Amino acid sequence: MRTEAKVLLSLGLFFGVMSVVYWNWGHENAGSVMMFAGMLLCFVPGSYYYWWSRRMRARPEDDPNATQAQGAGVVGAFPGTSIWPFTLGMGAFFVVLALVFGIWFLIPGLGLVVWALFGGTAEGRRGGTH
Amino acid sequence: MTDVLDPPIATEHDDHDHEEHHGPTGILKWMTSTDHKVIGMSYTVTAVIMMVIGGALAEVIRAQLTTSNNSLVSFAQYNELFTMHGSVMIYLFVGPFAFGALANIIVPIQIGAPDMAFPRLNALSYWLYLTGSITMLSGFFVAGGAANFGWVAYAPLSNSINTPGAGADLWIGGLLLTGFSAIFTGVNLCATIFYLRAPGMTMFRMPIFTWNLLITAILILLAFPVLTAGLIMLYCDRHFGTHIFSVQGGGVPVLWQHIFWFWGHPEVYILALPFFGMVTEIIAVFSRKPVFGYKGMVFATLSIGALSLGVWAHHMFTTGVVLLPFFSIMSLLIAVPTGIKMFNWIGTMWRGEVWFSTAMLMAVGFLITFLIGGLTGIYLASPPLDFFTHDTYFVVAHFHSIVMALVLGAMGGLYYWGPKITGYLLNETIGKVQFWFLFIGTQVFTLPMYLLGLRGMPRRVATYALHPGWQFLNQVSTVGAILIGISTVAFMVNIVYSWKKYPAGDNPWDAHTLEWFTTSPPPHHNFYRLPQIRSERPTWDYNHPGHTAAEHGHHHEHQGEHHDEVPVA
Repeated sequence: MRTEAKVLLSLGLFFGVMSVVYWNWGHENAGSVMMFAGMLLCFVPGSYYYWWSRRMRARPEDDPNATQAQGAGVVGAFPGTSIWPFTLGMGAFFVVLALVFGIWFLIPGLGLVVWALFGGTAEGRRGGTH
Repeated sequence: MTDVLDPPIATEHDDHDHEEHHGPTGILKWMTSTDHKVIGMSYTVTAVIMMVIGGALAEVIRAQLTTSNNSLVSFAQYNELFTMHGSVMIYLFVGPFAFGALANIIVPIQIGAPDMAFPRLNALSYWLYLTGSITMLSGFFVAGGAANFGWVAYAPLSNSINTPGAGADLWIGGLLLTGFSAIFTGVNLCATIFYLRAPGMTMFRMPIFTWNLLITAILILLAFPVLTAGLIMLYCDRHFGTHIFSVQGGGVPVLWQHIFWFWGHPEVYILALPFFGMVTEIIAVFSRKPVFGYKGMVFATLSIGALSLGVWAHHMFTTGVVLLPFFSIMSLLIAVPTGIKMFNWIGTMWRGEVWFSTAMLMAVGFLITFLIGGLTGIYLASPPLDFFTHDTYFVVAHFHSIVMALVLGAMGGLYYWGPKITGYLLNETIGKVQFWFLFIGTQVFTLPMYLLGLRGMPRRVATYALHPGWQFLNQVSTVGAILIGISTVAFMVNIVYSWKKYPAGDNPWDAHTLEWFTTSPPPHHNFYRLPQIRSERPTWDYNHPGHTAAEHGHHHEHQGEHHDEVPVA
């Protein structure tokens, strides 16, 4: 966990320094804001990982001497196959076509999206349908 | 069925039927699978089809340019051709091939994970990519034709007065879909690499390919949301009467360039870093040595990723409103980590037992071509030279050297990992024929364009004045494009010829990393057993107990103690 945090925090630190330097040198709004936002995007997960890395024991994947047996146990339950990503993707497709060809495409588009959201969530709760 | 994911554990005997997966087959498998290998394969096939479409558009462009006043296509059609050629290649081929296709298949196996962290999100990424591609390409079938404002869609050319019609909107819509596809893939890769590594696979034991994909994924998350936001603003300008990019309403056209290139330059590294990772793996395996300067490689990649966010305006030097020294210094700085990588690749080959298989030839071809593109990029980072060459064929030649290097890397990756994915090798002789056509074709194609650029030929023109030598250089370049086309045909021929002909076995290259420890193709959830992981090349350590290397190349004192599997009941 410690290395993951360091990667993100050091990237964020660099973007932070750059946004300050760039703003003071160039006085250009768009780039300064985007670099500052880049810093935040690195700091939010990075500080979360850092916070946890100080409070938890090293995971087997962080331990250079771990044996494979230490990783035993259930990682999680996932559906082996699922139709809902396809449904959601087609819904998004129709929503985008509505931007181009006409607002009526939103009816099948949003319909499929909502259907997939309910179906996918229910599937996730059950741990799969098939 | 529900799969409860148990981490794979080494057992005494391979028990190849204890975890058989009985899922749907055929088109239902394509539509419903959440297995990262199936999704990765769908990505690969779709991306290669996109490469062929984009390549066909390029051949028409080159055919038009063979004589100075050719009328093969009209000016309007030519605008559509170069716009869609660039868009298809960048948005629909190289990017998705880099982080969707091979990354999707290889990264989880390289770190010993059973699947991607979010399998259903992974499937959604593919569907958004496919529908986005269809959306963008369907522009050819609507009145007014496909998008024709160049792949960068500069304001005010891209507004509703200068570019009316559905083709431009389909282009925006297709990019929205593929943009979200990329963002979801980035989330998935980050979560997989952070949370699903096998025990003992510490961050600094991950293969360089996985490291590069991690940094690529972080760059995707930093860059792509900016593009998506920009596209929504552009759509609002076109249809809802906002004036974000139009001067008449108090907007700033250059803001589009800032937003586009704030995505667009990191995008260059999002495209390149996965291929850097591929050639690193290939060069190490076919030189039979560990990667030279492993940590140097990782830190070089990290600094390329960091610097890439601060160089966007070197595409905008000639707008006259950007801070020239800042962007020039930052762009020149990128040459340092890239140079480190170049030396490390050569250092990996140095005094190794180099085996020039097709994959290795492609990787070496990548190094040479990328060096040409990279060095001319250093010229372009200098504003005085950029003012002279901006929007000429010199720039076109520069980035075609870069992306053709990436194509060489991609082909190397397919020859190297194809046997793992399909279980069958490709024919080496046809592969070498393909390599020489591709490599020579690339140089014949790009080098005349550098000269054309220095002699002042502007890009994006369908006809050109008969300056001395221009027409001849264009014809040479067209010959190069034809050679590249022949290499693509050779690749297709090779796939058909080698179809299920040469069984690969688990580890045909005597390779280093975990994906070569499992079967070819890997089973559902990837592993029946895993070796102990004590260095960045666990499979090598397991197969060569007398020649294990400790962390990063130092020879180990106690050889042979790290190759034992753990027996498990």
